[in-house]
Amino acid sequence: MAGDFFILMKHELIITVIIFTLLLLKIGSDLSNKSLLNLVNGLLLLNLAAGFIGNQPGMLFNEMFLTNPLIVLEKNILSLGTLIVSLQSASWLKQHEHVAEFYILLLCTLLGMFFMISAGNLLMFYVGLELSSIPLAAMANFDLGKRKSSEAAMKFIISSAFASGLLLFGISLVYGATGTLTFSEMASHINGSPLHIFAFVLLLAGFGFKISVVPFHLWTADVYEGAPVAVTSWLSVISKGSVLFVFISVLYTVFKPMAATWYNMLFVLSVLTIFTGNLFAIRQNNIKRFLAFSSIAQIGFILVGITGSSQLGTASLVYFVLIYVFSNLAAFGVVALVSALTGREQVSDYKGFYKTNPVLSWVLTIALFSLAGVPPTAGFFGKFFLLLSGAGKGNYVLITIAALNMIISFYYYLRIVKAIFMDANEQPIERLTIPGYPKLAMIICVAGIIVTGLVGYVYDYIHSLSFGF
Amino acid sequence: MSLSLLIILPLITALVLLFCNGAKQVRAMALSGAVMQLVLAFILLFEYWQQRTTGNPGIMLFEEDHLWFTPLNIHYHVGVDGISIAMILLTAFVTVAGILVSWSMEKLNKEFFFLLTLLSMGAYGFFISLDLFTLFFFLEVAVIPKFLLIGIWGSGRAAYSAMKLALMLMGGSALVFVGLAGIYFNTQTTGGTHTFDLLQIAQLHIPVEAQKIFFPFAFAGFGVFTALFPFHTWVPDGHSSAPTAASMFLAGISMKLGGYGCLRVATLLMPDAAHYYSGIIILLATIAIIYGAFATMMQTDLKYINAYSSVSHCGFVLLGIGMLTKTAVMGAVMQMVSHGLMTALFFAAIGMLYDRTHTRQVAQLGGLLKVMPFIAAVFVIAGLCSLGLPGLSGFVAEVTVFMGAWQNADTLYRLATILACASIVVTAVYILRAMGKVIMGPLQVEGSGITAQPGALLADAGWNEKIAAGLLIIGILAIGIAPFWLTELITK
Repeated sequence: MAGDFFILMKHELIITVIIFTLLLLKIGSDLSNKSLLNLVNGLLLLNLAAGFIGNQPGMLFNEMFLTNPLIVLEKNILSLGTLIVSLQSASWLKQHEHVAEFYILLLCTLLGMFFMISAGNLLMFYVGLELSSIPLAAMANFDLGKRKSSEAAMKFIISSAFASGLLLFGISLVYGATGTLTFSEMASHINGSPLHIFAFVLLLAGFGFKISVVPFHLWTADVYEGAPVAVTSWLSVISKGSVLFVFISVLYTVFKPMAATWYNMLFVLSVLTIFTGNLFAIRQNNIKRFLAFSSIAQIGFILVGITGSSQLGTASLVYFVLIYVFSNLAAFGVVALVSALTGREQVSDYKGFYKTNPVLSWVLTIALFSLAGVPPTAGFFGKFFLLLSGAGKGNYVLITIAALNMIISFYYYLRIVKAIFMDANEQPIERLTIPGYPKLAMIICVAGIIVTGLVGYVYDYIHSLSFGF
Repeated sequence: MSLSLLIILPLITALVLLFCNGAKQVRAMALSGAVMQLVLAFILLFEYWQQRTTGNPGIMLFEEDHLWFTPLNIHYHVGVDGISIAMILLTAFVTVAGILVSWSMEKLNKEFFFLLTLLSMGAYGFFISLDLFTLFFFLEVAVIPKFLLIGIWGSGRAAYSAMKLALMLMGGSALVFVGLAGIYFNTQTTGGTHTFDLLQIAQLHIPVEAQKIFFPFAFAGFGVFTALFPFHTWVPDGHSSAPTAASMFLAGISMKLGGYGCLRVATLLMPDAAHYYSGIIILLATIAIIYGAFATMMQTDLKYINAYSSVSHCGFVLLGIGMLTKTAVMGAVMQMVSHGLMTALFFAAIGMLYDRTHTRQVAQLGGLLKVMPFIAAVFVIAGLCSLGLPGLSGFVAEVTVFMGAWQNADTLYRLATILACASIVVTAVYILRAMGKVIMGPLQVEGSGITAQPGALLADAGWNEKIAAGLLIIGILAIGIAPFWLTELITK
């Protein structure tokens, strides 16, 4: 039993150890920022490597905590994303006075996500979710001198508390209706009565807030704009990814008997989300706000994939999140670097970017193409499989709408590419030297964007672990 | 021969280009890559011919099949028949010519040739694909280089045209995607899985009801690429803003991607629906032919003239496909090849003129035969081919389409054929008028501050331009004088 405990909770334990190491270091030593960054990045790399070895499926504490190969894979994807975000924010953190605290908060949220993904019980899930969102509010406030940053934190904590409230209400109704909180037992009690539907809607709203599904997206743009770029990228990729993983498993297992009901809901929500995200993204001038709205649209596409509710649905979701980690973080990497070194964050600042920074321009371009879903980048494969999954249940109306929306999204991604390559600018961003860590992060991302798509094995592997009905 | 070489070679060329330094190295690398492609295309032709004469009966030859995404049964499956080989040859010709014509490109020349090479890779990949997924992949691969080529190196409202083109082509792809998804989920192989494989789908017979739903998506989607009316509006803007090589590629090859796609969908995948919808296809094609021809009459810019006439000419391709008789389909393929060569030549000639005179307005040019005899001759050949002079490829292709079309005894089809034939008169009007003004008459170059004196500024074609034009003319003559090799290639 004790041995099981260490093996099954390996991911969580490693993160906990790192958190306590950082705490002790903070109290007991005065490491320079530079060596602290080296240490943390090294530890995160070790964490990622350790995630791949010695895994086995199983459950602990009366199904409170469970793990299987798919969950392990999801955790590893999040670990990878964490490493990339950490590498990217190096040039920003170097001048910051609270590096250790930043990482402690960051890893706390990661720990929360791990528990959330592994949860086999609604309460456990809720605890994990809270652990992953409360530290985020503090992180959003990490540009200590900026008012916008504290505004972002405030907005985030309020909306997140509201979402938690809805979730808790939903959980209590589910408990009242089924008499249990364990996922595996719940499914047999769910039958789609009005009470169940009401509970489901509340849960859906809670989830919707976290992954910013329209109409629960209103906090997104402001928080993204105000928070430091590192936190924004963390929010948009890792945080959303983790909630999506849980969302799909709750949908496909617990609410399986209500598939017809939630199918229609997701249909409406996905169409709304894609349209709203796309149409607002066109109008944005701040590149962080732009990425915020484009990420809302991406969530809409993901929902289209989820409606497929087959093995293809799960597989393409996990696959897409992996690709999304690479492509969105590559885009944020460039934005973070430019923002940290020059402080410029407007789309118009990127005019003439290619003349001064060809390498960064290509990285950003490849990332945007991947987000837009243009081959040969991985984004193409991700989107293709998501939409194919959506078509699997025969709903061609939905995928036609989604496919046509790709044109709109194509437009606004190309708008940035146009600014980079074609527009003239009197004061372009000066030539930047890329520091070591961000450079490494970009190499990982670009390699990921190219390899993940073209090498079929990645998808095959994910598919072999996936489930559906 | 391994067909994958056709993808790998341009890819390697493109990657090596990234490490080249200086204009000379870049040009040399790009050209040698393109020449190797041409050689490869000829080897392929030769080997294909040999296989066929020794009696190989397969529908597709040189097949390569690798599983790519196992759970979805997606394969990397390539193979060629005569039609694909014709298109591959066309691509190789136009690529070499395009690179030669842009020899003196100075602005960001490494990126320029890099994108051009990628574009050719997309085209090859598309023409050899036998799996719908791979086909779609390469179709979209070719969109982005076009956007960048037009936007960065284009003239006039380049950014606008580039965006319009990219979005419309993307819209086409979106429609194609819905069509493909529909096809995919309506195939049921013996193993119980779905398939994207062209040859398997052809044998599986998709239910007619499903065909009727998804045929319009796939056909219109590919149709956008080949300027199917009313989705042709990207053509004039895109072509006229693009730099010369990109115009050649766009009109010469990219528009043929759509035609080829329509053909495969209509004849191989969903023949029943193709019969069902053939009236509508014919109608749209005839509108495109006539509308394109009349719109061309109103143009004053040489590039717009050729762009609108491309709409009209590509209408013949769709007309041939819509007629669905064997001869008509063969005519459509011949028209694709012929138009590809002809329009590339035309754009090359216009580009050469523009480089020297800095204007493309018909009204501002005149009597260029006296100062630039070679370019003027090229211009005349391209124009005559466009209006269908016997002995050049355009005539052969159009006559084949008409003959095939006439085999359909239905009144509507007959009417469409007659109308399409009549449009040739209009073509002659605009071509002859433009040529007469620009080539003949008193020497005149206005509006650019260049005096109309023979000399350095109005020099005749350089060696590179001569070779480029020569290659394309050889192609045109080869089809025009001895069309039987092409017909045999296609029908075998």
